[in-house]
Amino acid sequence: MAEVKENSKQKQPSTKKEEVVIAIKGLKKSFGEKHVLKNINLEVHRGENVVILGRSGTGKSVTIQCIIGMLKPDGGTVKVFGDDVAEMNEKELKELRIKMGFLFQSGALYDSMSVRENLEFPLTRVLKIKDQAEIDKRVEEALESVGLLDAIDKMPSDLSGGMRKRAGLARTIIVEPEIILYDEPTTGLDPITSREISDLILSIQKKQKTTSIIITHDMECARIASDRVVIMNDGEYLAEGTFDQLHKSKDKIVGSYFQDIL
Amino acid sequence: MSEEVAIPAWKKWFEEIGDQVGFFVQFFKNIFTGGFEWSEFVRQCYEIGYRSMMLVGVTSFIMGVVLILQLRPTLVTFGAASMLPKTLSVSFVREIGPVIIAIICAGKIASSIGAELGSMKVTEQLDAMEVSGANPTQYLVVTRILATTFMVPLLSVIGDAIGLFGGFLALNIRDSMSFSLYFTKIVASLDFTDFLPAFIKTIFFGFAIGFVGCYKGFHSNKGTESVGIAANSAVVTASLWIFVIDAIAVQITSLLFYK
Ligand SMILES: Nc1ncnc2c1ncn2[C@@H]1O[C@H](COP(=O)(O)OP(=O)(O)OP(=O)(O)O)[C@@H](O)[C@H]1O
Ligand SMILES: [Mg+2]
Repeated sequence: MAEVKENSKQKQPSTKKEEVVIAIKGLKKSFGEKHVLKNINLEVHRGENVVILGRSGTGKSVTIQCIIGMLKPDGGTVKVFGDDVAEMNEKELKELRIKMGFLFQSGALYDSMSVRENLEFPLTRVLKIKDQAEIDKRVEEALESVGLLDAIDKMPSDLSGGMRKRAGLARTIIVEPEIILYDEPTTGLDPITSREISDLILSIQKKQKTTSIIITHDMECARIASDRVVIMNDGEYLAEGTFDQLHKSKDKIVGSYFQDIL
Repeated sequence: MSEEVAIPAWKKWFEEIGDQVGFFVQFFKNIFTGGFEWSEFVRQCYEIGYRSMMLVGVTSFIMGVVLILQLRPTLVTFGAASMLPKTLSVSFVREIGPVIIAIICAGKIASSIGAELGSMKVTEQLDAMEVSGANPTQYLVVTRILATTFMVPLLSVIGDAIGLFGGFLALNIRDSMSFSLYFTKIVASLDFTDFLPAFIKTIFFGFAIGFVGCYKGFHSNKGTESVGIAANSAVVTASLWIFVIDAIAVQITSLLFYK
């Protein structure tokens, strides 16, 4: 029984007239002989949450790494705010990255720093905030929102996998980026925490008007957080639409993602 | 892409040289771009300097003792036992101290920097820092290279002193010489042309240790085994650099001072 979301007109991608924030055209990427991305096309509009589904190893992480300029495409273009990422110089890339958040699949916490210092790092090093009171306030707020306030002075090595992931998420959202790329935000979390994280992603979108791409295998997360879902298969896009549209799809591969959902 | 199959070794070698030059330029630019990471620099000086002190001290002490015990029979044959302090101090301060201490530091410091940064690379921490718009070169590389560049010379000086003290104790096993006499003899036999070139040399040793450690860590592959590879090749490469720098330094100092 697919639950209908409160904001149903936002769930119609075809009628959206919002500015295109991320535009990917004909993206290709290979590693050696392995052609991971063959032809990816995707437009993400301002304020939209796009969920990417796809089997492990189809190149979902590679796609978002191309968006943030960690990897250079072999062909095609990736434009963010209208500018080609591959053609940016160091300074332009840095400015772009300040506006973007990236949640790593592994959390990627800095091992040598406590959770607090991890969260302070982007505030002091990137946003160059000097006011310690403001820093403390934002760190506590961010940890509160992922339910990790108790762990504020712990070292990453003392956290469980799920806690690291949540701390990584807190570090990503603390700078309030305009675009957030989430790489499997709920993988490895229990169902209750997963749901909280999915709700959090949705509330960040609403509150801060964030544009997001969310990679996930968690259909519950896709249902809660997505305005639009795209399914990737074998380096290409297979299908796209709202969660409910895809849910009703007759396509065999698309259907296989939704088979466990009533 | 098929070019991955057949990159000749010499081409790879040149590519690596190019990478290292690029890494050096990045390091150098980031020293001056403002926002120097003082607290991290101090922390690294502590980690690198203080934590290596014990090892350097023990090694230097033993070297001092051993050198005296080895030199003594030869000098006694020539009736030159009184030359022992001078022989020890000149050889220790000019050559043995700096090189042994630098090699010890390469083993301890270059490997730990290589392993630390290598594991940050593997666990995507370097990527995370880069992608957040922060500057990993400034935070991680500049601080570590400068810390080794400062601390290795300091460790060398301390090691020299401990080594010479070890020599004094060893000398008193067979002969007896008061500390003040030993000290006077050493001060009299050491010239600034013994000390200064050796000191300058250790600055370069320190730089090489930090640079190689950081480079190997940053350029390690993704995969847990590459952490070990990064640490290992950091030690090997840094040791090699130390000998090459030493060879060059000897040429320069003998041209300038020892006519
Ligand atoms: N830096 C890299 N060098 C070489 N190969 C890579 C690199 N990054 C990714 N790959 C390869 O690209 C393919 C796609 O990887 P990617 O991480 O994008 O998968 P994914 O869709 O995110 O899978 P998962 O759901 O398991 O995270 C994999 O086969 C992987 O081996
Ligand atoms: Mg992935």
